[in-house]
Amino acid sequence: MSLFDSKLSVVNVGLGSFAEAIAAAGGEVTALAWAPPAEGDRAAGLELGRLVNEPRVEAANRIAFAAYREAQPVLEGIGLARELVPRMGGRTILHAGPPIAWERMCGPMQGAVVGAILFEGWARDAGGAERLAASGEIAFAPCHHHGAVGPMAGVISPSMPVWAVRERATGGLAFSNLNEGLGKALRFGAQGREVIERLRWMAKTLRPTLAAGLALLGPLELKPIMAQALHMGDEVHNRNAAATALLLKQLVPALLGSKVGRRQVAATVAFIAGNDHFFLNLSMAACKAMLDAARGVADSSMVTAMARNGVEFGIQLSAFGGRWFTAPAPLVEGLFFPGYSVADAAPDLGDSAITETAGLGGFAMAAAPAIVKFVGGAPADAVANTRAMEHITLGRNEAFTLPALDFAGTPAGIDARKVVDTGLRPVINTGIAHRRAGIGQIGAGITHAPLGCFTAAVTALAEAVAAE
Amino acid sequence: MANLTRVIRNFYRDSVSLMQLSARIAKMPGVTQASAVMATENNLALLREAGLLDRAAAAGPNDLLVALAGESEEALAAAAAAGEAMLTENAARARGGAGEIREPPRSLEMALKELPAANLALISTPGEYAAAEALKALKLGLNVMLFSDNVALADEVMLKRYAARHDLLVMGPDCGTAIIGGIPLGFANVVRRGGIGVVAASGTGLQQVTCLIDRHGMGISQAIGTGGHDLHAEVGGITMQQGIAALAADPATKVIVLISKPPAPAVAEAVLASARRAGKPVVVNFLGADPATLAGANLTAAKTLEDAADAAVALARGEARVVQAEVSSATAAPPPPLPSQRFIRALYSGGTFCYEASLLLGEVLAPVFSNTPVGAARELEDVWRSRAHTLVDLGDDLFTRGRPHPMIDQRLRNERLLKEAADPEVAVVLLDVVLGYGSHPDPAGEIAPVVREALKEAAKGGRKLAVVGFVCGTAGDPQGLARQEEALRNAGMELSTSNAQAVRLAARIVGAADAAGALGDTPRSAKRLLP
Repeated sequence: MSLFDSKLSVVNVGLGSFAEAIAAAGGEVTALAWAPPAEGDRAAGLELGRLVNEPRVEAANRIAFAAYREAQPVLEGIGLARELVPRMGGRTILHAGPPIAWERMCGPMQGAVVGAILFEGWARDAGGAERLAASGEIAFAPCHHHGAVGPMAGVISPSMPVWAVRERATGGLAFSNLNEGLGKALRFGAQGREVIERLRWMAKTLRPTLAAGLALLGPLELKPIMAQALHMGDEVHNRNAAATALLLKQLVPALLGSKVGRRQVAATVAFIAGNDHFFLNLSMAACKAMLDAARGVADSSMVTAMARNGVEFGIQLSAFGGRWFTAPAPLVEGLFFPGYSVADAAPDLGDSAITETAGLGGFAMAAAPAIVKFVGGAPADAVANTRAMEHITLGRNEAFTLPALDFAGTPAGIDARKVVDTGLRPVINTGIAHRRAGIGQIGAGITHAPLGCFTAAVTALAEAVAAE
Repeated sequence: MANLTRVIRNFYRDSVSLMQLSARIAKMPGVTQASAVMATENNLALLREAGLLDRAAAAGPNDLLVALAGESEEALAAAAAAGEAMLTENAARARGGAGEIREPPRSLEMALKELPAANLALISTPGEYAAAEALKALKLGLNVMLFSDNVALADEVMLKRYAARHDLLVMGPDCGTAIIGGIPLGFANVVRRGGIGVVAASGTGLQQVTCLIDRHGMGISQAIGTGGHDLHAEVGGITMQQGIAALAADPATKVIVLISKPPAPAVAEAVLASARRAGKPVVVNFLGADPATLAGANLTAAKTLEDAADAAVALARGEARVVQAEVSSATAAPPPPLPSQRFIRALYSGGTFCYEASLLLGEVLAPVFSNTPVGAARELEDVWRSRAHTLVDLGDDLFTRGRPHPMIDQRLRNERLLKEAADPEVAVVLLDVVLGYGSHPDPAGEIAPVVREALKEAAKGGRKLAVVGFVCGTAGDPQGLARQEEALRNAGMELSTSNAQAVRLAARIVGAADAAGALGDTPRSAKRLLP
C-alpha cells in the first residue's frame, strides 16, 4: 500500500479540531474551509463526485480549452443584421439571455423590444408595438441562438447594423450590435424619439462609414487590442476606455483615407470618442467567437456561455451545445447614480457575461483596479477577485496577461464542476438597468452567477457521462 | 420567557464549532437555552422537539440558525449579536489580517494544489455529504479515512470497491480512529512506533489495544480502522482484507492484530483466509466469538482486547509466555459493600468497552441490562433509568443527538454518576476514561470532583461505594496518562489498567461466582492464549 511508503500528508474535510490535532502531533495537514457543495443538494453533490477528475471529462476539457485558447477572432466587417445574421428574415427580434416569452420579459427588455418594433416601422406607436409584441407575430429568440450577443436587453432587429467577427481556426462567425452610448439607450429599454433616431443614424451613417474604414484596414485582429487594453486598465467588460481609444487609433487613419465625406467621418469619430463603451460590443463578439470554437465537445464541463435575460440567468456547457441551464437572475451589488437605489434595479441582464466566460471582465479585474470602486473596494480586492476565479477555471489564457499578477494569463475556461465543488461563483462586472422600461442605466457594480444553473448542468453532465 | 431565532445565510460551520458556540452563548446573561446549528431538516426537527423553534424557519442546510430561549427579548437579542460577532471574529482571523487576502481551500482539488503530496483525506462532514467527498478524494488518488457515520451501506460498498480497484484504502465510514505513519487520526492516542500492526472495526477497541501495547513498551507500525460496517455481509470485509494484505507486505510490521465483533460467517472465513496467508503471526480478537472458529497455524485467538494486546506483545518479543501488564489491577482490594449494595452500574463512553463488559459480565451475573445488549445481557427499556446490573453506552445515538459525545463532554455522564451513586442498591460504578487527540483535554479534571462527591454522598448514607475504572491512554497523549490516573486515584477511584481488568474487579466486588472462569484466573497461562 503506497500509503505506508510515503510520509503521511492529510487533507482535512470537516471538523477543524482534527486538523489541529494532526498538526500538534507533528503531521502535515491542510484544512478545507468546507461547506456542503451544490447548496446542500445531496444527490447533486454525489453526481459531482462522480465527475471529479473523471478521465473522459478531463480529456474533453483539454480539447475544449485548447480550442478556446487558440481561437483567433478578427473583425471582418459590419452590415445589417438581416444580411449577415443567419435566419433573421421576417419579423425576428433577438434578445439577451436564455429564451423568454414577451409576457415574462423584464421592463428594460420589453422597452427595447418596443423600440426595435418602432425602429423597424412595424408599428406606429408604443401601444401598437406592445400589441404586436404580444400578438405572437414576432419571432423572439436569444441572440445566442443566432451566433450573436448583445449587452443588457441585447435586442437586435433585422435592420440594425451588426459587427461580424470571424474565428479563423474554425471559420465560425459571431455577431454583436453596435454600442449606442450612455444615457437613454435601447439596451436599457429606452425607446423615445432620440433613441430611435440615433439607431437610424447608426444604420444609415455610422455603418457605411465604418464599413469603408474597415475595408481599407482589412481584417482586424481583436485579441491584441484586448490584450493591450488589459495593460491600460480595462477589463473589456465594464471598462473599455483604453480599448475604445486603441480601436479609434486604428480607425481614424483608415477613415481619413477613405472616400467617405469629412462630415460623416467627423460625426463617426465624435460618436466613438464620446462613448468609452464603444468597444464593449466588439469585445463581446470576440469572446463569443472564441467560446463558440470550444462548443460541442462531448463530456466537456467547460462553460461556453453565461447570459441573462433579466429574469433568468442561463449557462451553456460545451458538452451540450445550445442547451440552457437556468436559475433566477440575481440582483447586482453596486453604486447607483444619484436618486436611485437597489429597489429601482432590474435583476442581472445581458449577454455581456460572455466576457467573463472568456476569462475577461470580472475574471480580469486585477487589470482594472478602477472597477472595484463600484463596490467600495480596494485594488487588493480586484486582485483577489481574479485570484478566486483561478479555482474554478481550467487554465490561463496567456494571450491576456495581467501586470498586477506578474503578467500571468487571465483565469479562463470556467469548469462547472469546480464552481459547484468550491461554491465560488463566477464574478461578473456589469451595468445596472432600471427595472422600468425607458429610464436607462442607473448604476454599475459586481454580481455573481447563481449556483443553481451550474448544479443543474453538472447533474446533466453526470447523467450523460454515465449513460455512455 | 422569550424565544428568538436568527438565520445567517450561506454560512457553514462544523458541528463541533457550533456546539462550542452554543455553549458560549448559553452562558450569557438572560439566556436559558441556546442552539446554533446548520438548518438541516434533522436539526430543525430537533429544535422543534426541544421547543426552541415555534414555527417553520425559512432556512436551508447551508444556513446557520441560532435558536435561543431566555428571560427577555433584549437579553436574547444581545446574545444573538454577540454570537454573530464570535462567528465573524473567527472568519476575520482566518483571513489573516491586512495585505493580500488568502482564500483557504474550499475543495479537495484546491487543497491538492497547496499540498500536492497529500495522500489521505480525513472526512468528518455530516454523513449525507460524506460519500461524495470520499468519492472525490478517491478519484483524486487519495486514501480516505471516513470519520462520518450515517453513510448508506450501498455507498460504502461503492467507495470500497472503487478504492480496492485503485489500490487505495477507505477506512470507515464511522471510523473513529487510526494511526498512520505514526500520526494519530481522529480520536487516537500517541503511541510508540514499533512492529505491531492493527486492523480494527472498532475505534475504542483499536485505542485500547494500541494503548496497552504502548504500556508494555512496544509500538505500533500502522493502525487501520475499517469502520463498523466493513465486516457486514454486504461489504464483505474489503477494508480489513486490504489492511491485512498491506500489513503483510509492510516490512515494519512483525505481528498483526485484528479486532472486530464477530463478522458474518462468510466474511469471517474470507478475513481469516487473508490472515492465514499473511505469513506473519496474526492475533484475532472477534469479541464474543468461539475461539474454536479461529484456527490457523499463524493465528492466535484472544478473548478480550487486553488478551489481544498481551498476545501481540509476546509474539512481537518472540516470547512463549504472555506478559502481564506492568500494573496489575487494584492492588488494594476495596472493602466489601453492604448487603443491600448488589449491583454494578457501568457508564461507558466507548461502545466497544461496553460491548466487551456486557459479554464478560453476562457470563457471571444476571440479570444484566444494557442499551446495547449483547451476549446474555438484556435490553434496557428506559435508557435513562438503570435496573439491576446495567451497562450504558453513553456514546449511543440516543444520547448524542444534539449533544457532544461523552468523550468530549463529561456532563451527561457526571449527572448519571451521581444518580447511580445515590441508589442504595449500587455497589460499583464502572467508568472508562479515554485520552488522546479528539477527547476532552482534561477528563480527570471533570470527573474527579464528581467521583469525590459521589463517594461522599454514599458515605453519608452509610454505604461503601466503589468507583472502578481505567484510563485508556498513553504517556504521550496530550492529557498525560500518569497525570490523569493520579487525579482519579486521588479522588478515590479504583483504577485498573484495562477494561477487562476493571470489569473483573467490579464483578469481584459484587461477589460474582466465576464458575465458567470467565473472569480469568490471574496470572493467566500462556497456554490458553497461544497455540
